[in-house]
Amino acid sequence: MTVDIDKTPADTPPAGPEAIKAIPVRHYGRYVSAVVAIALLGGVVYAFSQGKINWGAIPDYFFDDRILDGVGKTLLLTILSMAIGVIGGVLLAVMRLSKNPVTSSIAWFYIWFFRGTPVLVQLIVWFNLGLVFEYINLGPFYKDEWSDFMTPFLTALLGLGLNEAAYMAEICRAGLLSVDEGQTEASHALGMSHAKTLRRIVIPQAMRVIVPPTGNEVINMLKTTSLVSVVQYPELLRAAQDIGQTSGAPAEMLFLAAAWYLLLTSIFSVGQYYLERYYARGSSRSLPATPFQKIRANVLSLSSRSKPKGGTA
Amino acid sequence: MTVMVKAEGVHKSFGPVEVLTGIDLEVKTGEVFCLIGPSGSGKSTFLRCINHLEKINAGRLYVDGELVGYRQKGDKLYELKDSEVAVKRRDIGMVFQRFNLFPHMTAVENVIEAPVQVKGVGKGKARERALELLDRVGLADKAGNYPSQLSGGQQQRVAIARALAMDPKLMLFDEPTSALDPELVGDVLDVMRDLAESGMTMIVVTHEMGFAREVGDSLVFMDGGVVVESGHPREVLTNPQHERTKSFLSKVL
Repeated sequence: MTVDIDKTPADTPPAGPEAIKAIPVRHYGRYVSAVVAIALLGGVVYAFSQGKINWGAIPDYFFDDRILDGVGKTLLLTILSMAIGVIGGVLLAVMRLSKNPVTSSIAWFYIWFFRGTPVLVQLIVWFNLGLVFEYINLGPFYKDEWSDFMTPFLTALLGLGLNEAAYMAEICRAGLLSVDEGQTEASHALGMSHAKTLRRIVIPQAMRVIVPPTGNEVINMLKTTSLVSVVQYPELLRAAQDIGQTSGAPAEMLFLAAAWYLLLTSIFSVGQYYLERYYARGSSRSLPATPFQKIRANVLSLSSRSKPKGGTA
Repeated sequence: MTVMVKAEGVHKSFGPVEVLTGIDLEVKTGEVFCLIGPSGSGKSTFLRCINHLEKINAGRLYVDGELVGYRQKGDKLYELKDSEVAVKRRDIGMVFQRFNLFPHMTAVENVIEAPVQVKGVGKGKARERALELLDRVGLADKAGNYPSQLSGGQQQRVAIARALAMDPKLMLFDEPTSALDPELVGDVLDVMRDLAESGMTMIVVTHEMGFAREVGDSLVFMDGGVVVESGHPREVLTNPQHERTKSFLSKVL
């Protein structure tokens, strides 16, 4: 018996097992849903092509100076508000995690307030604070009328940045808590101070958890800057609307603004990918491939896959 | 022989749970001191008290003649500042059960981190020393690898090199081989044996009775937060006097 069993594998041809040739299952539901989806998409495209839209106006104004100026202001506002948000967020997160009950309660209250009220309302409130404060008085350093001090730019910056800080605080807190306590212990056991442990050991590891949602926040922020048009700050949306009113192509200019937002968020997404990749080092055995590497690998595997096919043909 | 660690009636409780209920012992300079006992007996907690990762509630604990975590003036105790505790920890190396290597740094970066950041050693010099230490634990060729690219045994040996980089006068080992595959335990124990031969004072919490018997100079059996039996490892392990020790050893040997 055992001899027979030993023989059987030797009898099979050395070329390996025969590949299975079977008729695949037909997924008719998939064909139907694909046709329906394409029909709907076609309908939407057709509707837009029939509308009285002057598509030519979009390329005409795409690189208009006022639009480019608006794009620059949108970017500036995004970056500065995010900077305020990130710095404030880290500060609030550390405050919330501190053992001091006063600082942790203040941080809790801040987050509660700014997360609990709509950012549009906050922006309008900042804009109208002049009704409450006639002057701004920072003692010997600075004194001015509120309306001169609170320019639309500063209103926008404070409104967006302070609101963002509340969200970033929660993201940073989650990141700091995600780092294993053993890391802090090991670092303390080596004689490192609290501050050094935080800076050298905990934060670099927390970044892996913090970066992806922060990238989301940046993209969100870029879009949220459009709310700032209500406080008279001439960013991208406002610039587009202004042109729309004078050129008689209001809807087209909104499409133009949308296209710019889409372009900018796409660029940010690529940047986010590389940043995540940087902070992933050490967390997995090999880093995820860059898009370029993926393309190259695909091309290589396609060509290597086609080779055996060519051999059998 | 001078005394490296001295414990006098050390108590430690976590909330209502008393983990250590009066530990008295002495570790002499240059000896390998093994702590054994069932889980929950407080041996790891005691080890963590020695470098003040845990605060003791009562009793006195001395390392190299100095009180751990406090300063005594007359009959008053003053708590040490965090920075003062950190300075004392520089001289005490610790190796953890779960290695706790810094995952975002390569092996050699792990080893140079504390000398560079804490002692202010130059990077080049620290690196040279780190490569020497990695060679000593048999990992010279893994210097550029991240912890995730190393096996458990290799990670633990890097962790030992990392602790040694601070030139400690005392090394604490908290079940250094418990999280390892049986196959990998030997390499780590070899490094520890080598370290013991070089004259390092070592306190080792372990379940490796073979290691304790071969390398240990003293052994303490703990249970329920107290020292049940102590003596030379060979004597305690082969001829335990206490009932509790006998029943424990009959299960693990």
